[in-house]
Amino acid sequence: MAVALIDTGCSNLFSVQAALDRLGATHTLSRSPAEAERADRLILPGVGAAGPAMARLRASGWVEALQTEKRPLLGICLGMQLLFDRSEEGGVDTLGLIPGAVRRLPRPDGGVWPHMGWSRLHLESESPLTANLGEGAYAYFVHGYAADPGAATIASTEHGRTFSAIVQHENVFGCQFHPERSAEAGSTILRNFIELSDAALSGN
Amino acid sequence: MPARRIIPCLDVKGGRVVKGVRFRNHEDVGDIAELSARYSSEGADELVFYDIAASPEARAVEPEWVSQVARLIDIPFCVAGGIRSVDDARARLFAGADKISVNSPALADPGLIDALAYEFGSQCVVVGVDSRPVEGDWRVHQYTGDPDKTAALPRRTLDWVREAVDRGAGEIVLNCMDSDGVREGYDIDQLSAVREVCTVPLIASGGAGAVQHFADVFRAAHVDGALAASVFHRGVIAIPELKTYLLEAGIEVRP
Repeated sequence: MAVALIDTGCSNLFSVQAALDRLGATHTLSRSPAEAERADRLILPGVGAAGPAMARLRASGWVEALQTEKRPLLGICLGMQLLFDRSEEGGVDTLGLIPGAVRRLPRPDGGVWPHMGWSRLHLESESPLTANLGEGAYAYFVHGYAADPGAATIASTEHGRTFSAIVQHENVFGCQFHPERSAEAGSTILRNFIELSDAALSGN
Repeated sequence: MPARRIIPCLDVKGGRVVKGVRFRNHEDVGDIAELSARYSSEGADELVFYDIAASPEARAVEPEWVSQVARLIDIPFCVAGGIRSVDDARARLFAGADKISVNSPALADPGLIDALAYEFGSQCVVVGVDSRPVEGDWRVHQYTGDPDKTAALPRRTLDWVREAVDRGAGEIVLNCMDSDGVREGYDIDQLSAVREVCTVPLIASGGAGAVQHFADVFRAAHVDGALAASVFHRGVIAIPELKTYLLEAGIEVRP
């Protein structure tokens, strides 16, 4: 099992690589789709803003490649936001792999923006990604924008409003939080992604 | 709001974890990797590493130990000390740090905050503020890692926090210098005043001596997280017991 980490050039990839190492997964850094040819799984990490990240993905040929991708793909944080049709952050069209839009979170009354810290995952529907993950597990979030709940929502949480914390649409998965920095809950989710079976994918 | 965060702070000097009283007389309390692994497994929500000697000596933290920590732990961590440029910050973020914290260099050049937020996003950018009362007002202090260079600035703490947030800081750590290391509780008055003007997460620092102090600062000053060092390093407070205490007191923390 080999995981290709898509290099968006602006991401902190090291902590994702370290998490995969702790799980014993083989991984490579892929600047272009050709470099990921031999991988069984793709991870699209992301720290930064939607506009520059899309520009980098387009320049490296990843936008077209991901639009026809059949292998399991996991977007993390900004990487998850890019899976949707468009983002309010910079008003950019994103990959369009999952229907819906990403909008800025409101600052809660008396609260803070961005959403930064540990929040609980409320399971909304079944997915192989959340196998063995109990209801209400805490995950580590750092973001100011999020996708509205929709048909693809697997788990939700709230900060200012309720939003999608985990999504799945066919072979495309996303986590708004950082599984690589979410202690045991994060390891469980990453392990589930690495160990996804074809049966689990087609059965969903 | 998210669970309140418990954040052990590891002051680093010469590659070891140290602790001083009122920012002075530092003594060795342990190994970086050993303490990181211990706190992570005990349920710390985040770790902060301050290279306390970095700014006065004009050198930056070494990404080598940053990578070592990133490999070891599965909770977020922030690295502070001597980050004066976008390149300094990039080296630490790419070495695996989740956030970088700037303090003295941001006071010398406030535009550094804007540059870091533009390049990496506000979520990565923490501004540390060392503050104590001077003539009836809270004032920012600079170069607090070295007693010979520590200086009070004309800047009012509340003004500086507002400015830092406007420039793109994603989190503020307020080090209340008079409370630091004396374990008599957090500076609730000062933290409450800063809370009023701070629209991003606020972390309390300086003064934790008992579990009650954590409950007090979360309830009275509404901070997002509480940072402490010596009580954790010396085993005065164990994180699992602290979290049980807070949960029983009705304060949401990650169990």
